[in-house]
Amino acid sequence: MDAKVIKEEQIGRSVPRMEGAAKVTGRAEYIHNIRLPGVLHGKMFRSRIAHGRIVSIDTSAARAVAGVHSVVTGEDIQRLIAEPYYGPAFHDQPVLALHKVRYVGEPVAVVLATDPHVAEYAAGLITAQYEELPAVFNEVEAATSPIHVHDELKPAITFPDLKHLKGKRGTNIALDYKLRRGDVEAQFASAAHVFEHEFHTQHIMHTPFEPFVALAEPMDDSITIHTSTQMPAYVRLEIARLLGWPENKVKVRTAWLGGGFGAKVYVKIEPMVVALALLARRPVKMSLTMEEQFYVIGKHATTFRIKSAVTADGRISARKCEVFWNGGAYADIGPRVSQKSGFTSTGPYRIEHAQIDSAEIYTNLPPAGAFRGFGIPQLVWAYESHTDIIARALNIDPLEFRRRNILREGDEHPTGTAMRDAEFEEVLVRISARMGWDQPFDRGTGTKRRGRGIAIGVKASIAPTTSFALVNVSADGSAVLFCNTIDMGQGSNTSMAQLVAQVLGTSSERVRVTQADTDVTPFDMGTLGSRSMFHMGHAVRLAAEHAREQLEALCAETGIEYQDEHSIAQAFRKKFGMQAGNIFGVGHYTSRYQPADHDTGMSKEITPFWMIGGTGIELEVDTETGHVTILRMVNVVDAGRAVNPRVVDTQISGAALMQMGATLSEEMVFNEGELTNPSLAFYKIPGMRDMPVAIENEALEAETRSGPFGAKGVGESGTFGVSPAIANAIDDAIGVRLYSLPLTPEAIYRGICAARGEPLVD
Amino acid sequence: MSKVALTVNGKPVEVEVEHRTLLSTVLREALGLTGTHIGCDTSQCGACTVHLDGRVVKSCTVLAVQVQGQSVKTIEGLAPSFDASGARLHPVQQAFSECHALQCGFCTPGMIMAVTGLLQDHPQPDDQQIIHGLEGNLCRCTGYVNIIKAVKQAAQMMQA
Ligand code: FES
Ligand code: FES
Repeated sequence: MDAKVIKEEQIGRSVPRMEGAAKVTGRAEYIHNIRLPGVLHGKMFRSRIAHGRIVSIDTSAARAVAGVHSVVTGEDIQRLIAEPYYGPAFHDQPVLALHKVRYVGEPVAVVLATDPHVAEYAAGLITAQYEELPAVFNEVEAATSPIHVHDELKPAITFPDLKHLKGKRGTNIALDYKLRRGDVEAQFASAAHVFEHEFHTQHIMHTPFEPFVALAEPMDDSITIHTSTQMPAYVRLEIARLLGWPENKVKVRTAWLGGGFGAKVYVKIEPMVVALALLARRPVKMSLTMEEQFYVIGKHATTFRIKSAVTADGRISARKCEVFWNGGAYADIGPRVSQKSGFTSTGPYRIEHAQIDSAEIYTNLPPAGAFRGFGIPQLVWAYESHTDIIARALNIDPLEFRRRNILREGDEHPTGTAMRDAEFEEVLVRISARMGWDQPFDRGTGTKRRGRGIAIGVKASIAPTTSFALVNVSADGSAVLFCNTIDMGQGSNTSMAQLVAQVLGTSSERVRVTQADTDVTPFDMGTLGSRSMFHMGHAVRLAAEHAREQLEALCAETGIEYQDEHSIAQAFRKKFGMQAGNIFGVGHYTSRYQPADHDTGMSKEITPFWMIGGTGIELEVDTETGHVTILRMVNVVDAGRAVNPRVVDTQISGAALMQMGATLSEEMVFNEGELTNPSLAFYKIPGMRDMPVAIENEALEAETRSGPFGAKGVGESGTFGVSPAIANAIDDAIGVRLYSLPLTPEAIYRGICAARGEPLVD
Repeated sequence: MSKVALTVNGKPVEVEVEHRTLLSTVLREALGLTGTHIGCDTSQCGACTVHLDGRVVKSCTVLAVQVQGQSVKTIEGLAPSFDASGARLHPVQQAFSECHALQCGFCTPGMIMAVTGLLQDHPQPDDQQIIHGLEGNLCRCTGYVNIIKAVKQAAQMMQA
């Protein structure tokens, strides 16, 4: 490619969001807005018990309601799909409960009616009889409990490393990832210092503001699914598999997504909507309420036991990690979380002797899966709290202790993969510089105590995965990009357009990006885990390069010098005698990856790139109430080269504030498996009043040599350090260490009372 | 069922509604004004915010039968002459777009309606007034930083 024809650099340019005007005028399309003639609305009847065999379901009263079209149960679904179980890792989740229910809130039956109010009313008249079974809720208990959520493990064929679990009975452990490096026990026996702690995180929910919504439209010999999904290609595959149809009879399309954050990956309500539409032979729409979202998917609660050996000069020589992931009743993508994030449990440190056991565990709670960070925030919470406790105990400055142990370029991560383009130390340096870490700090007085803390985390990219892209250049030099990367607010359409324009030498504003429609947009694994800028970015770059080669040939053939869109337009006109024709460029990319060894968990190439994020916090604790005010939040990430710096900045703030909610207030509270607070009234996400007094972000000037134009993903990095940085700052302020999230005023106040020897009764 | 006559974005309309029908449902379903979004349906998120007789309300907390004779303005009515180039946006809309005060955009129409209401009361709001005025509108994506910037920029644009 001839770089000199590029007039303006498109990479690194803060191009305004392409859909800005559509979104501020209320004209942007969301699946929520679609209306189809003859549509039936579905409303669910859900299980009120946590575990039991279904004895009978009485739908007669519901059927008798005027305006009800039909009532569908699991057995009806089975008449259409003999094996109606879905899931990316395990085929364990029934479209509607079959024989058994496994959590409170599990869908048991659906009423269809033209009026959604009628459907909802009728669903309230359904009753079910169960033979109740004992249930298990806690992840550590469930690991060894005689109560089993599933009789038998049913791994899907997608992941080779789950094959060995097929047919396994008598366990709740859906996946147990192990890492064995060196000899941790010998180190613990001989080390100058040994530290051991246990940390907990709570169940939380993504609460995208556009709740799950999908419509299925049966055609003569195919079906169209309109759905708010982060993974259209996977929805197509899974629906085709369930129905036994070829992929080309299933069309999946999306619009703008009203948020996703990992909630809308793989399939969620799509199998149900498709089955209902095929049974009813009419279009069916299901739009869940905010309340219902809590029963679909959430973020794993965890228990993390961590133990470190530290030398006399403050170096971590060994670390042992035992992580229990509360996966809920259905695996969803949980086993991938416990493995792909599990292998980073030792943190961003150089540790010669390491042992990890990271287990995905079934319980009788709503399923847990991907959630911005893919398990990393839970891990960083534990290892960065632990790291801070060690530094303070050894009287080493927490920043200095981290710098002494941090992974540097070329160092081997405990998995055996060498670190490349991972600016850990620079992230620490920039946070501390911005905070003035070496300057005196106002510690407050009386009942208002101030403290500060830092934390840093690392994430690997999910691998191996594949992206395809197609660039269609029209005869006037404008281009349309067909790609399945879903813009759910992260600004990917704008950034991807910039990549196309950079290669073609045109302006980003002359490139449009289609919404996903699997009839025309090529395969992509999905929009998750910050993989798109790297993987789809490469595919888009290659597709644009392919188009450019052909455009250059066209220009050569017509005797026109290739410069920009005007010269492209001239060449087309000359060749075809008018403004006519297209040029298609195609590209695809699969990341390099070497599977982890089953016994040691090691691999020379465990991830195509590393994501790094750190946070510094200054806060004030009111010791009379336990209330915390975040005075300053500094977020620094290594995002490689920022394709669109302003979009990157919004990703950092959004991620950090989301994690702040998970740290200070958000918690799904269960009572014997029953969720007590499924609404924004009682599940508190951050509002404007909860913002830090000051917030600043920095994306390092860095380059990912393996990435497209030096870029890598950044959607999650802002979350990593937030929770432990806050806990570390609380400890710094008042000398109280908290081991469980969320850090509510009550938890802090209890900590204060316990520290002065007057613990409050529960 | 009852008949309700009201004015929506300057045009008189008459709709037949059930007693339980919400204003938000009338706007979205009967009138096709889908720019008013439903996030929570329980009066927390503010995605459904509109103006009722010039005052900011959450349309999911208003019954359609309550608005007889009243005047509603939705996001679609804020810059009626909006064209494809984005010209002629309301200053608040323009500021939201320019300041990256949105990501998924689902909260955006409601947020913008709340901001226009806020700026009527406080043409040059300080941080506290902004936070107080918008605390009923949640956003799950942006972390609010750029929303506050957009409010200030809009206030300046409207002053000029
Ligand atoms: S939809 Fe009205 S406040 Fe959330
Ligand atoms: S932009 Fe997504 S909720 Fe505000």
